[in-house]
Amino acid sequence: MKDKIRIGAGSAWWGDRVEPAKRNADEGQLDYLCFETMAEATVSAAQVRARRDPTFEGYDTYLDDRMKAVLPGCMRQGTKIISNQGWINPDGAAQRIVHWLQTMGYKGVKVASVNGSLITDKVLSMTDRILENGKPTASLADNLISAEVYLGAEPIAQALAAGAHIVVTGRVADPSIFMAPMMHEFDWDPMDAARLGQGMGIGHLMECGAQVTGGYFSDPGFKDVPEPWNFGFPIAEVEPDGTATLCKVAGTGGAINLQTVKEQMLYEVHDPANYLTPDVVVDFTTAQLEQVGVNRVKVSKIGGKPRPATLKVSIGCTEGFIGEDMFFYAGPGALRRAELAKKILTERFRIVGLEADDIRIDFLGLNAIHGAATPAHAPEPYEIAVRVAARTRTREQAVKVGREVDGMAVSGIGHTGKRVPHADRTREVIGVWSSLVPREKVPASVRYFES
Amino acid sequence: MKVQLQHVAHARSGDKSDTSNIAVFAFEPEFYPLLKAQLTAERFKAFYGEAIRGEVLRYEVDNIEAMNFVCHGALGGGVSRSLCLDNYGKALSAAILGFEIDVPDTLVPKLHGQHLLKAHA
Repeated sequence: MKDKIRIGAGSAWWGDRVEPAKRNADEGQLDYLCFETMAEATVSAAQVRARRDPTFEGYDTYLDDRMKAVLPGCMRQGTKIISNQGWINPDGAAQRIVHWLQTMGYKGVKVASVNGSLITDKVLSMTDRILENGKPTASLADNLISAEVYLGAEPIAQALAAGAHIVVTGRVADPSIFMAPMMHEFDWDPMDAARLGQGMGIGHLMECGAQVTGGYFSDPGFKDVPEPWNFGFPIAEVEPDGTATLCKVAGTGGAINLQTVKEQMLYEVHDPANYLTPDVVVDFTTAQLEQVGVNRVKVSKIGGKPRPATLKVSIGCTEGFIGEDMFFYAGPGALRRAELAKKILTERFRIVGLEADDIRIDFLGLNAIHGAATPAHAPEPYEIAVRVAARTRTREQAVKVGREVDGMAVSGIGHTGKRVPHADRTREVIGVWSSLVPREKVPASVRYFES
Repeated sequence: MKVQLQHVAHARSGDKSDTSNIAVFAFEPEFYPLLKAQLTAERFKAFYGEAIRGEVLRYEVDNIEAMNFVCHGALGGGVSRSLCLDNYGKALSAAILGFEIDVPDTLVPKLHGQHLLKAHA
């Protein structure tokens, strides 16, 4: 058994930068490079696209960019790759990776795909209630696009044990992608909650990439970090008990300090003593953090409790449309003109009979981001964008938003700045609901390919 | 002395469905008891007004001198349904930095962002 493994982050979401992943692959001296590329609605959006676009492969649209950037470094140094870039087609992603390996001249590399998370055709019979509102999941039948279970680390560890050098998955809990190599290398028992709790806690700190190395953090004069245009993605040096030191490649920007690690520890967490994952319930309230060097923070004593009997299911449904557009005011009196514009639009929506479940008319520059939480004494801005959005049942209704903003060009008020529409101003809404399924009903399966 | 929370703590928000969690971290260990005493779940919810439509739960995380505010109904029905430009609520945590905290005079030299305090004095 190794006395330490180095696990690096390669992405924190679909649109993340590729260059820090390459830097980790080339300079990180990694045992593992892990990619997280899925958001809540990724699978549903991929299903919608696959229906409309037969050429869509169903995996991360940046798979080629990412693999071309990191495969040379990873192959040179023997770094293994774990990635959830498989989206709705892990087999296709694995085959595409094999293609790149062959193109680059790397023969005999074993690539595994993890399947089993997609349960769209079975979800209504396997689940009972929607977690968010308590209604039966059967009520979603008419609008169902996709359902996927959040699998854990076990099938990934199984693929590694079978000799896979690259493992590509569909939906897996984000921190499990990073914990799986710890399970495999240190031979952790899947029921060893104490070990898995610490490991998943580290996975949680890693899964958002630069958010632990100074990204989504800087605030000038209060929290400054060096070169925030040149972030490195994190690397965890993990010991056999899961204790880990977070660090990054020398020469990258950003920072790893107690503040960045604390902020990421609670990111997207509800009860910090009971963070639910497929593999273990993580307890962050016992964690110990220690700055052990420049840009090096040691994390230990994260707790773990036995894993839940159920797995979370994410259910995507079509839920109508959003229409949106904006136009602009500036100079003295910008706010009074924006107020009149809002009144005009409100009347126009009544006249054209806009049927909407929700409408927002915001003043970007004043209250579009914080909405009702905007302080009453906020100063009047010099420039304002009037931003209009409505959620409707049909696209026909959503189109009315942009068409009424069009009217503001010559039928509006003085000093109105307006764009000529160059893109579709409507989009489909994919609502995401959650439910639970007994874990034994969702077996994962692993397939192997070779370059 | 009453100061904005930004001098006492830093914050980060995260999203899950229609719930935003806004975590608040004391800049110094001495500030943490002030936060616990003054930044209650009730005051937090009142500060955000109608921007948070549901319940606010406060979790104290003493080992990292932080509190996690779990705000239900804060994301316009959920990230994909929200009509807010910032549909993930990633900027939502900045609002609480304007919350007023009463700081004893002895701790004033430890406040962060002293340049802004002097500008206001």
